[in-house]
This record gives sequence, C-alpha cells and structure tokens, in this order.
Amino acid sequence: MDALSATTVELDLAAVPLRTVNALLQGREVAGHDALPVDTPVTLTNPRGAHAVAVGMDTPRQVTVAGHVGYYAAGMNQRADVVIEGNAGVGVAENMMSGSVLVKGNASQSAGATAHGGLLVVEGDAAARCGISMKGVDIVVGGSIGHMSAFMAQAGRLVVRGDAGEALGDSIYEARIYVRGTVASLGADCVAKEMRPEHLEELATLLKAAGFEDDDPASYTRYGSARTLYHFHVDNAAAY
Amino acid sequence: MHDDLTLARRGLRPSATFDPATIADIQRAATTGIYDIRGGGAKRALPHFDDLLFLGASMSRYPLEGYRERCGTEVTLGARHATYPLELAIPVTIAGMSFGALSGRAKEALGRGASEAGTSTTTGDGGMTPEERGQSKHLVYQYLPSRYGMNPDDLRKADAIEIVLGQGAKPGGGGMLLGQKISERVAGMRTLPQGIDQRSASRHPDWTGPDDLTIKIAELREITGWEKPIYVKVGASRPYYDVKLAVHAGADVVVVDGMQGGTAATQDVFIENVGIPTLAAIPQAVQALQELGVHRKADGVQLIVSGGIRTGADVAKALALGADAVAIGTAALVALGDNDPRWDAEYQAIGSAAGYYDDYQDGRDPAGISTQDDELAQRFDPVEGGRRLANYLRVLTMEAQTIARACGKVHVTHLEPEDLVALTVEAAAMARVPVAGTDWIPGRPGPSF
Repeated sequence: MDALSATTVELDLAAVPLRTVNALLQGREVAGHDALPVDTPVTLTNPRGAHAVAVGMDTPRQVTVAGHVGYYAAGMNQRADVVIEGNAGVGVAENMMSGSVLVKGNASQSAGATAHGGLLVVEGDAAARCGISMKGVDIVVGGSIGHMSAFMAQAGRLVVRGDAGEALGDSIYEARIYVRGTVASLGADCVAKEMRPEHLEELATLLKAAGFEDDDPASYTRYGSARTLYHFHVDNAAAY
Repeated sequence: MHDDLTLARRGLRPSATFDPATIADIQRAATTGIYDIRGGGAKRALPHFDDLLFLGASMSRYPLEGYRERCGTEVTLGARHATYPLELAIPVTIAGMSFGALSGRAKEALGRGASEAGTSTTTGDGGMTPEERGQSKHLVYQYLPSRYGMNPDDLRKADAIEIVLGQGAKPGGGGMLLGQKISERVAGMRTLPQGIDQRSASRHPDWTGPDDLTIKIAELREITGWEKPIYVKVGASRPYYDVKLAVHAGADVVVVDGMQGGTAATQDVFIENVGIPTLAAIPQAVQALQELGVHRKADGVQLIVSGGIRTGADVAKALALGADAVAIGTAALVALGDNDPRWDAEYQAIGSAAGYYDDYQDGRDPAGISTQDDELAQRFDPVEGGRRLANYLRVLTMEAQTIARACGKVHVTHLEPEDLVALTVEAAAMARVPVAGTDWIPGRPGPSF
C-alpha cells in the first residue's frame, strides 16, 4: 500500500489479492494491512479486467479504478462514489443501493441491473439489458444502449443520450425512460409518453448530475408503461 | 352429481382419455380463455418413495437397539468454502416460501418451528422480513431472478445464500403472485405497484449460463466476506448435468427440487407436465457428485432434495439414495395448519374442501397461511404454528432414526442404496435399486451374490 498523497491510498491489484482489497474497502479487518479510514480516497491500479472489483462497499468513500474491470464492478454499492477509468464488464453496479458509479468508457450487458438507488453514469455505450429489472436507480448513458434494455424495469429513471436497441422497456412497470436518439423498437407494454414540465425538470436534473447539462431536455422522448399487462387478461395473451 | 353404479347400469362408461376432470378443464378453458393457475405440486400419480422398501437387519445385518443406541441426525452444510457452514441438528430443512405467498405470521411460524427443531428455514421470492429473521436461528436467503427486496444488508444477515435457478413445480418458469396478494407491504418490499398481477423473470438478469454463475458466486462471496455457504437450487429436469455445472460454478450445496414440489402459483399445465419426479432426480444428482469426487466428503458438496417429502420414511429413503438433507414446503404448511378440517366449511364456501385447497393464488386461505388478508392472517397463531411444525419435524426425524436403526446405522446419513429395494420396475429403474426379491436393477447387468 503506497500513499500517493496525504489523502489518497493506492492499492495495486497486481500485488494485493482482490479478496484483500475488497475486504479493506468494506471496512473489514485484514491481517497485515492497516484499516482504510473512511474519508481516505482510494485508487485501485492494475485491475486488468478482474471481476467483482470494489463490491459490497458501505462507506461514503471515493474509489477510482485505474483501468478496465470485468463483471459486477461496484456490485451492491452503498454510499461509495466509484469512478472506473476504462470499460466495465457485465453487471456494473448491479443491485446498487446508493452512492454513484461512473464508467468513463463503455459498459457491457446488464449495467445497473436490479439496482435500487444511486446514480450510474456510463459515458460511452451500454450493451444489452441496460437497467434490467431496475428498482429505483438512476442510469444515464452518454452513448447508446443495446436491446432489451429496461426489461421489467420497476422504478427509477434511465436516460439515453444516443439510441436504444430493440424491445426497449419490455414489460416495464413504473420506471421512466428518456431517449434522445432513435428507438429500434419498443417492447411489450412500453409506450412513448408526453413530456410534461415535471419530466423536463427531472431530466434536466439527471443530465446535470451526470455532467451533460448542455443537453436540451426537450430533445428527448419519454417512454413508460401503458399498464395494460398489470392484470392477466385473455386479450393480452400474446404479450405474456 | 351422478352415482357411478347407476351410470354403469345405464350403460354409461367414462372415457379414460376424456374423463370428467378433463372435460371440466376443457369447459373451463373455453369459458375463461385463460389457463388454470393454482398452487401446490404435481397431483398426477408418479413413481415415488412409496415404491421403495427398506431391508431391515436380520442375520446378515446387525440392528441398533431402538431407544437406546444413538443414531445421529446432525448435518453440516457448506463447509467447502464458507467460514461458517450451517450446523443443523436434523437433516430436514424448510424450503423457500415467500412472504407474499405466505402471510408474515406464517413466515414467522416457519422460523419458530425450524429453530425449535434445530434446522434452517428459507426466505423465498420477496425478500427477508424482520419477523422471519428474528425467529430463525438458521436463515437461508434466496437469490432469485426477480431480486425482489434483494439488498446487501439482508444478504449479510443471512446464514446461507441460495441462488435459485428454478423449482421443481416449474423448471424454466418464473415467479407469479396475483394481485389479491400484492398488499401494500408486499408491494413495498418488491418495488411493485400495489394490486398488480406480478409475473417475474425466469432468467437471472445479470448472468447467462454456468460460466457466468461462477463469477456471480464469487461476487456474492466477496460481498459477504466468504463467510456463508452458497447453495444453488435447480428444478429437477436434467439433474446430472445441472448438478455438475453447479459444482463447477462453486456451489457449496446443491438443492434439487422434484416435480412434486409445491409452488405458490403457476399454470396447472406447467406443474403437471414439466420436470421429473424426485425419485428419478436423486440418483442422477448423486452420480454427478460422486464423479466429481465431492459426495459425502467433509469438504465436499452437499445435496438437499425436495419435492413430495411427507414422512420420516421419505426422509430416510432420500438420504439412503444419497441426499445429505431434505427440504419440505407443502408438508410444512400442512403442519402449520393448512387444509385443517376445522376450516372445511369455509374451504367449501370458496369452492374447495379441506385437504384439497390449492388456490393459494387467490389469497383467501381460511387458515390464514397463504394470504395477505389481515383478518384471515390474524386467525393464524405463529407461536402455535411454530410448535406444530417443530412437532412434525421431530416426528420426521424420529421416524427416519427408527428406520436407520433397523438397518444398523449409527447415523441417518449412513443409510445407503444397498438398504433399499423397489416394488415396481419403474421405481427400480429410477432409484437404481433392485426390484424386491431379485438382484435386478433395470438397465444394469445383474450382479451375482
């Protein structure tokens, strides 16, 4: 462990086992290692596509990952603010509860899957199933998203500055989707909706939080649930 | 309706293909235009544990003295990787049943009963309730495709984590909970609009296939500090391959749920036509564990079997075939008071009868167990229910011990296939034990004595 400055600690994943790094970030005691003060920013070097980097944190800690990560980076995050200076694999910030995760590159499938809260920003593109089963998280994607995104999305907001792939919002519940570009197709029960003043205001707030405050909220289209599949009915049999 | 004898005397004979129940099903479908949804497990007659018998000791085997000589029942689950494996007093656990499908008081009772008997209970598709956690000495937290209520705090409160890929009643199907049961509290826990018909995904949202599962299991271990056993639960369909893949993915415990296993709600056609019987699943699962060298070893992978376990004989037979423990769901509900004859008039009033009620999806359970109706739920006493469940668990255990002692075993898990014979060719083939009175196991060359 090297002190980069008085206020930053570096953990080298090429030298320190992932299990140790995660335990320290989670505030667990690890033999042979000093505990990390909660207010100490941490930089993780040499991630080399490792899976489950910086998962399960529950402290208001600043964590920077200097490189690309594999599956489930910052999974189940609570309160921590994580910056990934590279691309992220499947399920980045999956089931996040609070805090924030910023991916400077692209994200693979299932970004922000099932997340309950916090803010996930992907500055590049996100692949298929972005925001699948999201339960309250806010997701802002700088580029485009793949097919089946926001599948069964229950709550939260998904903002896409680029285009959306096929079957957007299939079987969506009460989540709200904002897309600036084109949508290849909408999934079952997902429809375009009017942008009322409260939606413009909400979108502007989200864009600002993600660092895209120059976007015009009026250039986006809102999508959400038509609520026709909320109760089983024979007329909807083909949609189930 | 009609007296069978009178009909026969009039020359009327029912069709074996289009029997009265089938005709009624067709008429119901034609009237409603929607498939029949119900709870419970497969009702059709299937090869089951009743088709097996134990060979008690006589000259060639030495029995234990009943009531005097110890016959152990304790079981350790998940010592392969976990810092804190589950140490259970008995090899009978309570299967996952959700708060939502069941009332909060019923979930509390399951925790109370399981704890009194020294075993574990399991959350289900809907998250962990304080009542259940508070009353459960050993609580297994299910991790399902829906991830309803999933949060890392509850994950860390659990004693084990069960990744659910499917259940025996509906392998390949997702969860279902109709609007009558999506109360304000259930909806809040699941982040759903109140009163909707909840249908949930059949696939996990952030992994695809066994290689991904390896990574997912590693993530869950990292989040929980490698402290807790990780189970993988599959509905019985291709258990040989599924168990092998689950072990390769890193499971500490594999749960195989046969098609007699119950569910809160799904399509009747699914329950009756998808999956394989519990009896057929166990030998395949055991073979997979044996070939991987992890069966019945201290640092191996344990097998929990569920789906139609009713008696201590069923428990003993499952263990003899190679399971390390069993799980009960439907039987546990009956022990709590489900389908109790004292509610028969009310069961009749809602179109069912005591002993037949399986419309759990309607949420009108007179016993107050499979409901979210406050008035009905108040009928159920969780303390009394817990006591009844503990009694039942003790009986299951004593019955299994009785059989094990008769077979000369000092521990119930020492029962083995060699202690079993089958009454039918089908059961012999599935269980891979000889037909009674022969040395013939269908599909195998006969051994010589």
